[in-house]
This record gives sequence, C-alpha cells and structure tokens, in this order.
Amino acid sequence: MTQLALVIDLNVCVGCHACVTNCKQWNTSGAAGSLVDENPYGLNPTGTFFNRVQTFEVGTFPNTETVHFPKSCLHCEDPPCVPVCPTGASYKRKEDGIVLVDYDKCIGCLYCSWACPYGVREFDEERKVMTKCTLCVDRIYDESLPEERRQPSCVLACPPGARLFGDVHDPESEVSTAIRERGGYALMPEAGTNPSNHYLPRRKTTIAVHEDQLYRASNPHKIDGAPFDQNMPSITEEL
Amino acid sequence: MRPNFSVLFLTTLIGAAQGLFIALFACELLSPTALEANFFVGGSVIILLFSGLGLLASFFHLGHPERAWRAMMMWRTSWLSREVIALPAFMGAAFAYGVAHHLEMGSNITIAVGVVGVVMSITLFVCTAMIYAAVKVLKEWAHPLTIVNFTLLGSASGFTLAAAYANFMAPELTMNLAQVAFFLTAVSLVTRGSSLLRNANLTPVSTLQSAIGIKHPRIVQKSQGSMGGSYNTREYFHGKSAEFIKTIVPSFLVLSFIAPLLLVMSVPVLAFILQYVGLLAERWYFFAEAKHPQNMYYQGVA
Repeated sequence: MTQLALVIDLNVCVGCHACVTNCKQWNTSGAAGSLVDENPYGLNPTGTFFNRVQTFEVGTFPNTETVHFPKSCLHCEDPPCVPVCPTGASYKRKEDGIVLVDYDKCIGCLYCSWACPYGVREFDEERKVMTKCTLCVDRIYDESLPEERRQPSCVLACPPGARLFGDVHDPESEVSTAIRERGGYALMPEAGTNPSNHYLPRRKTTIAVHEDQLYRASNPHKIDGAPFDQNMPSITEEL
Repeated sequence: MRPNFSVLFLTTLIGAAQGLFIALFACELLSPTALEANFFVGGSVIILLFSGLGLLASFFHLGHPERAWRAMMMWRTSWLSREVIALPAFMGAAFAYGVAHHLEMGSNITIAVGVVGVVMSITLFVCTAMIYAAVKVLKEWAHPLTIVNFTLLGSASGFTLAAAYANFMAPELTMNLAQVAFFLTAVSLVTRGSSLLRNANLTPVSTLQSAIGIKHPRIVQKSQGSMGGSYNTREYFHGKSAEFIKTIVPSFLVLSFIAPLLLVMSVPVLAFILQYVGLLAERWYFFAEAKHPQNMYYQGVA
C-alpha cells in the first residue's frame, strides 16, 4: 500500500517561506476556489494557508540555534480527524494515503480541527469549509506535466532542497532511505497518530580541514618565497 | 478552546429537556395520585421547546447549515453524527409521549413510549458528552467524568425545571421533584468539582520538545508563520483575560450549584433560571479550560 508523504530536512531549511508562497499560489488557483485572504493589505492580514514556516530559537544566548520549522498536514496513518467527521467529508485515500476534505460535503462544524493535535487544518472563512494540505493531489498525478514536475508545489519551490516527497511505505524510495539513514522522526509520537510526514534532525556540520589546505601548500608562490608568505610559519617538511 | 455560543445553548438546552423528560416519566411511574394528561402534554411541549431551540442553536455553529443533514452519515465512527441522529429521535419520543397522553391511550402505551424516551434521553447524554470525551488530544475532556457531568448536570437542571413546572401544574409533586433536583445538583457539584480539580492538575502529555522533535530544554518560538493571526490563533484560545477566568469559575459554581441548592425547595422557578445561566457559564468554562496541544505551535509572533 502506498503512503505518500513529505520528509523535511530541518538541517537544510533556511526559513525562506518559498514553500509557503508556492503552496498558496498553487492551491489558490485550483478548481476548488481561492484560499481566503482577509485584509491582505490591512493592519491584521489573515488567511488560509496549508503550509506555514515557523521559527524557534533553541538554547540560551549566545549558544543558540535558529530552527525553521515548516508545518503542514502530516497525512497520519491513523488520522484522528477522519473518524470524527460526521459527514464523511474528511477521508483518507486508500490508494495513496493522502488525507483530504471533500469541500462539497463539509458542513464546517470544525470538529476535525479539534481532533488534530498539530493544528494543520484551517477553516476557510469565505468558503465556510475546512481546508488542509492536499499534497497537491491535483498536480502529482497530472500527466500533462513533465514527470519531474509531478510533485507538490512546496517541494518544487524549496531552493535548498529541504523537502523530499515520495512513498514512505516503499523501503527503497528516496524518502524511506532518508528517514532510515538520517534519523527521520515523527512529530508528537505520543499522540498515537502515526504521522506519515517525517522530519530530519539538525546535524553537526563539520568540515575536515588539513594543515596543508590551510596554508595552501600547493600554492606555487610558496616555493618562490613570495612576500605575503614570509610571516607565516614554515609548515611542511616537503617545502 | 474557544467557546461557541451556539454550542453552549445547544448542550444546556437539550440537557434540561432530557432531564425534564426523565422527571416527567418518573412522575408517571411514581406519583401516588393520578395525574392529569395535561401535565404530561404541557411537559412534552416544554421539552420540545427546549430541545427545538437547542437544535436551532446548533445550526449557527455550522459553516454550511444547509448541508447539516449530511451529518447523519457517519454514525459508525463519529459521536457527533450519533448525536445528530439521537437528538431528533429523542424529540420524536417526547412528541409521541405528549400525543399518547393527549389521546389518553392508556398507561401501557404511555409507559412503553416513556421507556423509549428515557433510553433516548440517556443515549443523547452519552452521545453529546462523547463528542468531547472522544477528542483524545484534549485531556481535560477525554475522561469518563465528562459523560458523568453532562448527564448529571442535564438531569439536575431538568429536575429543577420539572419542579418549577410542577409548581404551576401539579403543586403536590413540587417538593418531591425539588428534592431529587437538590440531590442531583449536590452530586453534580461533587463530580464537576472533581473534574475542575483534575483539570487544574493535569500535566500536558505533549511538550514543545515533542511537538517539533528537538530535545533541548530551552526552546522559544520566534515566529508562527503569520503576523496577523490565523484560524489557529482564533479557534483554540478563549481570548479572555486571566481575571475573567478567575471570576467565571466561582460565578458558575454559585449560579449552577449553590443558588439552586438554596432556592429549589422554595422558589423553583428562580432556581431554574439561575441554574440555567450558571450552566451556560459552566459550559463556557468547559471549553475555555481545554488546552489544545496545537497551541504550542502558536506561542510567539515576530
């Protein structure tokens, strides 16, 4: 059984919000209608987004790290939002595991958004229905697009490539390999929702620097005894 | 959570109606003197009025009330769907009960309809409470006390209403009904008090560490992805000050419990009015005291 999902690398995300804007652009232009934007140029602009990038500071100054944290529907394997829906508008697709809302059946009772511990469902105040990330279900199967473009908009937009998309049930897929080899984890495992989306943790970034690289042993000026090299200590025997 | 007034009216109005039905049926079974049919017919009218107003109120929290009928579809999994079926079923039983008495069909029929009505009344209490108790992420709600409280508070207000009604229609029953109302109000004070204590001492299961998966003791949110607020900052916060919260708890304890306990024997009408207002405040706080884990993602704006 296929379970499509995103894997987000927190070590790579730079918090540029390109995924947010491309998600909004794609999903506001779709057949389901535009995503609401209230007071877009006013004092308190507010609107519906399927994906948001949040920023957290970890540690105590000056030893802090800034973590940019993109948050969208995790397409849980046991989605708590689905069984509570009284109309069946909220459902999980059997064929690919995407959790969707049928906007024509939704009565806007908000109950699904209470059941979700992650706060990834947003009520559309204009259409009066619950909305959420669709994993761009309207483009990932679109055969009129070149195959490499059949991916969620957020994935396509991400400049540093922090977002991976694929089948987490296929052990050989790129996403499964990333989860396995780079310590991928799920959010709030205690909630029992079994999220499909995973996050890759921050890593210590180290570069191996060798002494001969530092002093540029291969620099031909060294051999010539050029002036800028005179104050430097002699470093290698072979010079 | 943000208290929604249509839901506050829905749950308190139908609770009183369900309690009143149980009280009426208890009168039919236990009354030492034969009661007039009009006592039951009038009672059924009040039940239908209260539950009808509750049903009407429920439409106001829907984005698409014209599609409300769809909410009956998923009764296999959703307690909300079950409530949507149970409420009209209860109202139907109350209507049939009134008709059976009005047409004087005899005690066999009225008692049979009454049993169905009481079963529907209890079923509806369970369905309404389970809507909240089934939300696992809200620890304040996901507890058997939620079912106990919905049932007892509804029954208490229903019996207070019955005492007030009997005061006009069958004064000889007023004292007995008031005594039951007194007892139910006292017991529900204990159970609601227990849930208040329990909720005040809950430790959250999820932490910011598990929410973003970073195991560091000090994490501070710097930005939540929007500056003007979002659905997430509106729906999951009650939006009132700490002072307001401090006043609402004693207010509803006095109005829903202390005042009716003092007044139900002497002035049951006033007791019911105060208790009903108190239960609105109680229900408001029921929502406000539930702390949703998603709020951890919405702690700061920059």
